[in-house]
Order: sequence, then C-alpha cells, then structure tokens
Amino acid sequence: MSNNENIAPQRRAEAGDNIVEIQDVHYAVGGRSIFTGLSLTIPRGRITAIMGPSGTGKTTLMRLITGQIQPDQGRVLFDGLEVPKLNRKELYKARRRIGMLFQNGALLTDLDVFENVAFALREHTKLPESLIRNIVLTKLQAVGLRGAARFMPGDLSGGMARRVALARAMATDPEVLIYDEPFTGLDPISMGMIVRLVRQMNYALGITSIVVSHDVEELAILADASYIISGGKVVASGSFLELKDHDSEIVNQFINGLADGPVPFHYPASDYYEQLLAGKP
Amino acid sequence: MSAIGELVEGAGTSLAEVGRITKFFGRILGQIPAAVTKPGLIVDQIYNAGALSLIIIMTSGLFVGAVLALQGFLVLQRFGSEDALGGGAAIALLRELGPVITALLFAGRAGTALASEIGLMRATDQLTAMEMMAVDPIRRVVVPRFVGGVVAMPLLTLIFISIGILGAYVYGVGTLGVDAAPFWSQMRANVAVEDVTQGVIKGAVFGVACSLIAVYEGFTATPTAEGVGQATTNTVVNSAVMTLILDLMLSAAMA
Repeated sequence: MSNNENIAPQRRAEAGDNIVEIQDVHYAVGGRSIFTGLSLTIPRGRITAIMGPSGTGKTTLMRLITGQIQPDQGRVLFDGLEVPKLNRKELYKARRRIGMLFQNGALLTDLDVFENVAFALREHTKLPESLIRNIVLTKLQAVGLRGAARFMPGDLSGGMARRVALARAMATDPEVLIYDEPFTGLDPISMGMIVRLVRQMNYALGITSIVVSHDVEELAILADASYIISGGKVVASGSFLELKDHDSEIVNQFINGLADGPVPFHYPASDYYEQLLAGKP
Repeated sequence: MSAIGELVEGAGTSLAEVGRITKFFGRILGQIPAAVTKPGLIVDQIYNAGALSLIIIMTSGLFVGAVLALQGFLVLQRFGSEDALGGGAAIALLRELGPVITALLFAGRAGTALASEIGLMRATDQLTAMEMMAVDPIRRVVVPRFVGGVVAMPLLTLIFISIGILGAYVYGVGTLGVDAAPFWSQMRANVAVEDVTQGVIKGAVFGVACSLIAVYEGFTATPTAEGVGQATTNTVVNSAVMTLILDLMLSAAMA
C-alpha cells in the first residue's frame, strides 16, 4: 500500500525515478533573494551532494524540501507530493519517510542516547518495549555507540553526537536521509566514520541520501552526483570528474578552493582608502 | 504627528502580539487532549514547576507573613485591636498577597526556567528535529510544561498562604506578644469562604497567564544566545505586569 494513498489528488503529481524535484523555485527572506529560479532533481536510491559556497542557501534548500519553509514561487515535489500545499497532517506523514541529520546533532538534551534513538518509535508506534530495545540497540550498534546508550547528550563529543543523531534519523527506517553539513568540525577519524556510515546506509539499505556540504574531498568519494549552487541557481551538476573539468569559473574556484574569483574574497564595501581617511566606521 | 504615528504603530504591534499569543493559546488547548495520553510528561513538569519552587515559595511565605504581622500589629495597636491580627493577616494573604507574590515568584523561578529551556531547544534545533520526526513540539514540549505550571500555581499559592499565616503567627504571638487564642478565633470568625475562593481563583488565573507567557516567549525566542536571554527577561516583565493587571480586574470583578 502506498504511503500517499490518503493524500488529496490535487496535491499529487506524477512520481518518477526522482524522489525530489525542485522546479523554478524563487525564495527571498528579508528582501534578500536566496533562490532565483532554482531547479534540480534528486534520483531515488542514490547519493546526491548539494554543494556551494557558504551562504548560498544549501540549508534553506533542505528546509524547502522538508516543508519547514515555503517557496515564493515554483514547485517543490517530494515523491510527487506538492510539499508547500500539504496540510500539517499530510506534511507530518511525508516527514515520517524522511530522516534528517542536523549539523549540530540536535539531540534532545533531556533524554539519554537510548531514549533519543527510541524517541520517534515511542511517538509513532505502539511497539512492545522489548522490540523497541532491540531496534535501538541495532541502530546504535550500526553507528558503533551501543556502549554509550546511557550517556546524556552533554557527555558526547561532536562526532559521537552526530553518530547518535544518525542512529536516531534511521530509527524508523526512512526512505530518504538528509545530511546537513555532516562533516563540519569533525576530526579525520570521526569524518571517516560518517563517510563510511553514509555509504553503508545507501548501499545496504537502498536509502536515498542528500548530502549538503562544502567539503569537496569527502563528497568526491561519496556522491553519485553533485549540484553546485551559487547566486540562487544551480551553476553546475554531474559527477565529481565532470565538475572537476567544468569550464565555469565559479565551479573551478569552488572545486579547487581558490580564495578569490567570481565569489569575491571581499564582501562589497566602499573604497578602502576613503573609509580610512574619513575616520568613521 | 510623528508621536501619534508611533503610538498608533506601537498599538498595532501590541495588538498583533496579543493575536499571536491568542492563536498560540488556541494551539495549546487543541493539543491538550493528545498530550494527556502521556501523563508522565505532565507529572514531570508539575514536579519541575511545583516541587522545585517549594523552597523559595515557603521561605518567602514565612517572611511575608512575619512582616505582615509586624506592620499589621503596629497599625492595629493604634486602634487597640491587636487581637484582629490573625484575621487581618489571613484575609490579606488569601485575597491579595498570596496569589500575587506567588505569581511573581513563580514567574521568576519556574517561568524563566521554562522560557530558557524551550528557547534553548529552539536555538539548538531540538524543536526543528522534533518537527522533522513528525512530532508536534507544541504537544510534546509546550503542553506538558503549560499544564504543569497551571496545576502547580494554585497549589503553590495555597502553600504560600498557609506558610504566610504560620509566619504571622510565629512572629505575632512569639515576638510581638499577641495572644494565640484570639489570633486563631478572630481568623475563624472573619475569614469567609469567598476569601479562600478568591485566592484559589486568582492563583489559577495567574497560573494560566504566567505559564502561557513563559512557554510562548520560549517557543518564539530568536534562536541565539541574546534571543534566549531576551525571552527570559520578557517572561519576568510580562508576567509581572500581566499579574498586576489581572489582579485588579479579578479583585474588581469579585468585590
């Protein structure tokens, strides 16, 4: 039985091989345009990377896909569902098919590691305690933290917190896992662990993965396909090799980590010498 | 002209805020039936808002009662009516001091704790994470804390009043030399059921107001350290002002 059967027909569009489709999305906040005609697709069962310089709206894109915010214009489809048109109940139903790993883990600080992973199971199911225990321990074993089940979030390192968050995100066996900056601030060992786990989730369980990041090296070995967003639009897409040979200046600057280029080193400002001589801030 | 314009704009902003709080209150009421299916969460919050406030409530009650006895004694002495001290202290505590001071202390202790806790959950994406797990944070986080505060406040008010009367007795009889028998007999003769009812009703209404303000400020806090600090400050200031406004309205209505 399809998860979408109860959704009103006018909110359903055709779902093909792409689980997410973004079509000509415009979005502005506080008078500042974030997206100006963004279009991209996320294929089912693959690892797709969303890359781009800081402040280009990568996290905003994830918030659009998950219905946390609504576009000013354009369509956001999740498995054929028009996300902005879903009511709260329908949106929650769709979200139960998505797991999200937040940059800071976002673990519930009043619950221990075990209860954090069990949280969605307790909220959405009436499974017996013995089964919940087995599921939680299985997920914690998968991320290597079964031994830390009774730790409180405050006792965990950044890397451990992110692995617990990953166990929590996959507790209900979602179809899609969204990783928001999963590598930021991690030491090489923790980073390697997260890369390995993302791969395992994808290949062993067939989960569609969307990885939002600007860590080019990690994404090069991880992603099946990548999008680079800049200036409110997709500026390049393809495999890492295709992006590496891309003739666009901005793609070249981003992939090779050049300090200056189309994305300027200096934020727009008045003339440097004039400002120094003016004696005012 | 610009001053009038600012006044109108300020009034419009305040009105919009009242509308937002009312809408938020409606969402809370709508989620109460679902939230009571998990009574454990509510019991935890009654403990947090109530039991953890007991020491400050009891200590304050004792001293307020003692001061009331001292000031009351000095006034009553002028009229040779020291025996009326028990009744006077009890009525003052039941009708005014008990509910109002408990509400102010509740806002400072439990209200700030609620606002900062929920605000920090907002700032650290915990509320968003719940939303992403298809769990309504209003039902899971806000309602148990709101109900916990609403249940705890009238109980704390009654405890404050009881300890306050005890403080008045200890200071009035023990230090000022008022006779114990007339202290209690005057209280029994002069305190009416309406006085007790008024104290309980005020405690309940202040409980709703202070708890609502605390959870609203926390839930809508700007997700930064400064925003959480501001939410905590707003909780104390708005709760205090609202308590005093409601106190006058309720006193006038029940006069």
